[in-house]
Amino acid sequence: MYKDKGARIISKQSWGDYYLLEIESPRIASQASPGQFIMVRVSPQPFPLLRRPFSIHSREGENLTIFFQMAGPGTRALSKINPDDFIDIIGPLGNGFKIAEGLAGKEIALIGGGRGIAPLYFLTQEASRLSIFIKVFYGGRNIEDLPLREKFEKTGFTLYCSTDDGSFGFKGLVSDLFAKELKNFRPSCVYSCGPEPMLERIARVLLANEIPGEFSLESMMGCGFGACLGCVKKFKKNGREGWYKVCQDGPVFSLEEIIWKDEERK
Amino acid sequence: MIDLSIDLGFLKLKNPVIASSGTFGYGLEFTPFIDLNCLGGFVVKGLYLNPREGNPPPRLVETPAGLINSIGLQGIGAKRFVKELLPELRRFKTHLIVNICGENEREFISVAELLNREEGISAYEVNISCPNVEKGGMCPALDPKATYYLVSRVKKASTRPIITKLSPNVTDISLIARSAEDAGADALSLVNTFLAMAVDPETRKPKLGNILGGLSGPAIKPIALRMVFQVVRQVKVPVIGIGGIMSGNDALEYLIVGARAVEVGTANLVDPESCLKIIQEIENFCERKGISRIEKIIGTLEINDEKRD
Repeated sequence: MYKDKGARIISKQSWGDYYLLEIESPRIASQASPGQFIMVRVSPQPFPLLRRPFSIHSREGENLTIFFQMAGPGTRALSKINPDDFIDIIGPLGNGFKIAEGLAGKEIALIGGGRGIAPLYFLTQEASRLSIFIKVFYGGRNIEDLPLREKFEKTGFTLYCSTDDGSFGFKGLVSDLFAKELKNFRPSCVYSCGPEPMLERIARVLLANEIPGEFSLESMMGCGFGACLGCVKKFKKNGREGWYKVCQDGPVFSLEEIIWKDEERK
Repeated sequence: MIDLSIDLGFLKLKNPVIASSGTFGYGLEFTPFIDLNCLGGFVVKGLYLNPREGNPPPRLVETPAGLINSIGLQGIGAKRFVKELLPELRRFKTHLIVNICGENEREFISVAELLNREEGISAYEVNISCPNVEKGGMCPALDPKATYYLVSRVKKASTRPIITKLSPNVTDISLIARSAEDAGADALSLVNTFLAMAVDPETRKPKLGNILGGLSGPAIKPIALRMVFQVVRQVKVPVIGIGGIMSGNDALEYLIVGARAVEVGTANLVDPESCLKIIQEIENFCERKGISRIEKIIGTLEINDEKRD
C-alpha cells in the first residue's frame, strides 16, 4: 500500500458518461492484483472532500487504469482531469479476487454489469497468464452501456453481451443470459461485479448450480484503508456474522460470505 | 530550528498536532504512510470495556466540505486493546492517548482502572460527547451537572491526566467547559462532531442507517473555532482545538485564538499524511515570520488596534 501523490495521467478515453484513465504509478501497478482498488483524491478542493474508490481496471506495465462512470460530484471532478495532469492516489487496497490454484486449463466466467465491468478486465490479463479459459458476460441497459465490448473481444476470450432494450446482444438481463449459457458449459468459478440486484440474481443461479462465486462489492468509503469503519456491511466470515470492512475485508467476498437483502428481510 | 514543542502542564508535546480519535484507527493503520513518532500525539479510537458492534450502515455521507458519520464507536474494547495492540503501540516515541467511553459511569471507571495498570499511555481522553451512541444524540456533555458528575468520578479513578472531550451541541459550551474544569479535568478538547442528518429526496429516506450522525470536516471549522475562542476565556486548563483542520493555517487559527494544541480528524481520512503536512506548514509559517517558538503564537489574537504596540 502506497500513497502516490503525483501520479501522472497518461491517457484518457471517454464514451458518453464512461471514462478510462491510464495512470503512471509503477509502485502501485507492480503490487496490484485483480479485484484490488485505489483511492483517488478527485480534487484538491474541500468539496468533494473524500477520496473515491476505483477498482483497478488493468495493468499496463508501469501504469494502471481505472474505468468509471460519471455518477456524482466526485466522478464529475475526476472526469475533468486530462493527460499530463497529476493525481494523488493510494493503493493497491483491498483483498482482490481469489484465483484458486488448479484453475489452469479450466474455465471461469466473468460477469459484469455497467461500470461493474471495471475490475474484470484485469482478471482477464491475469487469467490468460495462468492459462485459465474465460467466458465474459457483459450487460447494460443499452449499447451505450457497453463501451468496452470491443476491448474484451480483442482478448480472444468468448464475449456474451446483453442489453435491457435489446440494442446489442441478448435482450434481457445478463444473469438470464448467463443462466441460459450454463446449459452449454460449467465454469469452475464465477467472478462478478455490478449493481447489487444483478449480483443477487447471479448468486441465486450459482447456488442452484453449486458453482462457487466471487463478488466485488461497492460501499461508501471514508479512508479505504481500514481506519474509519465507515464502509462496513454485514457478512458471515468463518462462521461469524457481523460488520466487515468492505475496504479491507473486501471488496471481494465469496458467495457464502454475502448476506443478500432478501435473506436479511427474513 | 523552530521549537514546536508545547507544554500542556501535564504533558510535553514535541509539536501541537495530535491525531484525533475516530479518524486514526488504533494508529497502526497509518504506519504505511507516516512515522507516528513525528506526531505530537495520537488518540486511538474510543474504547468501551468490551468489543462494540457500532451502528448499522450506511454510516457515512459526504456533504459540502463535510462528512457526516454514524459509526457508533465500533471497536475492539479496552480488554483486547491492552492485550493485542498496546504492546506494539507503546513502542512509539510519542504520546499515546486513549479515548475512553462507557455506557454508564461504572464502565468509564472500569476502562480507566483497566488501563491504569498498563504502561505506555500518556493520558485519557474522556469521551462524554459522542452523538452516535444514544438515541437522538444524547450524551453527558450536553448537561453541566452530568458533565461534572462523570468527569469527577473518572478523574478520581484515573492515575493519569484526563482530557475531557466536549460536544458542540449545546447552547453555551463555556458552561460545560467550566463544569469539566471544576470536576478536575486536566485539559479540554473541543469540539466533537455536530449532530446532523441528510435525506435522499428520491427515496425520502435518511441517508444514514442511524438517521442522525455527527458532522465533521472543513464545514464546521468556523463554528468550532468560535467555541474554542469562547472557552479559552473561561477556563484555566489547556484547551485542545478540534474541528475541520486541513492545513497549517487552520491549525494556526486555533493556536492564535488560544488553543495550546490541536487535534486533526477528518483530514486523516482524506490524506493519511495530513498531520505531518500540517506540522510542516506550521514550521514553515514560524520560519517565515521569524518566530522561534510555537508557544509565542498561542493566544495572540489581536482584537483591536489599540492592543498592537
